[in-house]
Amino acid sequence: MSWLERIISKTGMGKKIPKTTEASWIECKKCKEQILEVDLIENFHICPKCDHHFRMKPLDRIRLLVNPDSFEEHDQNLTSADPIKFKDKKKYKDRVKTALKAGGSTDAIVCGTGKMGDHEVELCVFDFFFLGGSMGSVVGEKITRGIERAIRNDRAVIIVSCSGGARMQEGILSLMQMAKTSAALQLLAEKQLPYISVLADPTTGGVSASFAFLGDIIIAEPKALIGFAGPRVIEQTIRQKLPEGFQRSEFLLEHGLIDQVVHRKELRNHLNNLLSHMKNTPISKLTTAKPATAEADPVKSDAE
Amino acid sequence: MAQILDFEKDIFAVENQIKELHSLSNMYDSVGDLTHEITKLKKKLRHMKRDVFNGLDGWQKTQVARHPERPYTLDYINNMFTDFEELHGDRHGGAGVSISGGFAKFDDQTVMVIGHQKGRDTAEKIRRNFGMSQPAGYRKALRLMRLAEKFNIPIITLIDTPGAYPGMDAEEQGQSEAIAYNLFVMSSLKVPIIAVIIGEGGSGGALAIGLGNRVMMLEHSVYSVISPEGCASILWGDKDKVKQAARALNMTSKQLEKLDVIDQIVGEPLGGAHRHHKWAAIMLKKALRSQLKELMALKPSELVAQRQEKFRNIGVFNTEKE
Ligand SMILES: [Zn+2]
Repeated sequence: MSWLERIISKTGMGKKIPKTTEASWIECKKCKEQILEVDLIENFHICPKCDHHFRMKPLDRIRLLVNPDSFEEHDQNLTSADPIKFKDKKKYKDRVKTALKAGGSTDAIVCGTGKMGDHEVELCVFDFFFLGGSMGSVVGEKITRGIERAIRNDRAVIIVSCSGGARMQEGILSLMQMAKTSAALQLLAEKQLPYISVLADPTTGGVSASFAFLGDIIIAEPKALIGFAGPRVIEQTIRQKLPEGFQRSEFLLEHGLIDQVVHRKELRNHLNNLLSHMKNTPISKLTTAKPATAEADPVKSDAE
Repeated sequence: MAQILDFEKDIFAVENQIKELHSLSNMYDSVGDLTHEITKLKKKLRHMKRDVFNGLDGWQKTQVARHPERPYTLDYINNMFTDFEELHGDRHGGAGVSISGGFAKFDDQTVMVIGHQKGRDTAEKIRRNFGMSQPAGYRKALRLMRLAEKFNIPIITLIDTPGAYPGMDAEEQGQSEAIAYNLFVMSSLKVPIIAVIIGEGGSGGALAIGLGNRVMMLEHSVYSVISPEGCASILWGDKDKVKQAARALNMTSKQLEKLDVIDQIVGEPLGGAHRHHKWAAIMLKKALRSQLKELMALKPSELVAQRQEKFRNIGVFNTEKE
């Protein structure tokens, strides 16, 4: 098996990714250049031409952040129920079914324990490809359990957000996940354990207005859309076009709302350094993890 | 002229008939004794009000919750408490006027009361930004809550907002952080917190002062993750599908009680709180009194643990293995 096939079989996301033998081209939505998919993956899912950071599947991202073979996923058996029998043009139940059939994550987040440099971390990574990364009961529960594991085991928490906000098909229960996760972070803080929040494009709504903005340190990827209200809602409210760059990472940095804007290739190093600072431990220099190779497959095994 | 909602029309018609009969019998002795007729109509009116208001769906409740004559936070404060000392400002450059708050006496007990304030007339509506708070409002609320904690004063929040303000300035000032930080801190405050949805419970802007040991809802208030309008336009692609959206969202007090998200439904005067502000306040005050009594018997650590556990347990999901 090639490394790509291995990843495909591990993550179950093979349906959409063609074999390496076939050249597959992807258009960068920023610069409109055609990029070979393999090149994109080799380059951390960043456009080699214009540096646009593509959205990533959670396991690809986890692979970039943790030490090889160190990640153990938890709670992947939690799946979305349909607590208010929600139906718009489609039934919520069917939307979930379709998302599950796509063969990626089992809900909009992947959580687990991993090692990053010298640090044991509870890592939660959103899956935007699963219903827009929206937060319902499963996402709230998995994050909360992750925080509770960190508290029990003296670990740091890292959450990589990439979400349009609350999952409205679960009604008020999705709103309450904001309270639940924020309250859990309070308990983590009382234990003086570090929490770093990483914001990827996009981070808005109920995710933004809860744990995403509660990090001891908040880091954003370049040019990510970050905000409480979506740009369209704001434009409708104020009846004018928003200026270029509004609600982008660099804008938030300028307005004092986040600590750093960090390029994806540097993310692992920064996280490791920051954790070492917060815990006052020696800083070991990490080599930047290779994007995806057979040697650097982080997923040890599926947890019980 | 009072605003009359569609489903209130028949009620108002009967009320007018009663008024006319009264004035007729006052003006002309020749019409004879109309007492019997009036009594019959009054009975009919009671039944009508009960039937109509017991059967309201999500969208109709939304209209009642947004009724321009519905009592607002300051109405409840004036009718439930005495010696209100309003406090202003977030101490970081913002007045935060979409939220009002301050010390007040509830019977003999000082409480910190904080609530969204919509405006009654046009100028006031604009000044209050229709109850849609900027970050300064949430930060002011948090400052007042911490002040209450310092002096061991219980906190009562009154929720009535379409949502947090979606504007450029709000984003620049950190709307997300303001809401998030309130949730974070409220979860650990060592005094009783009672949150009451008195009108519109609009999403994160409502929850930002809603993390209570008890969460109560007035009978005809609504509480939702998104407005029916927003939901209709996102999921139906048609902002006119508000009725369907409101029904689908499960935003009424009865539905939320079933989901175990709220602890108590507080009754409103027959025909809705907008028909009788004082009576609505009396009913709420009675409910608050007994909840507060229960909570004040708890130790600070018990209050924090109870609040933590309450929100920890909210969520419905499947756990079966694949
Ligand atoms: Zn590009």
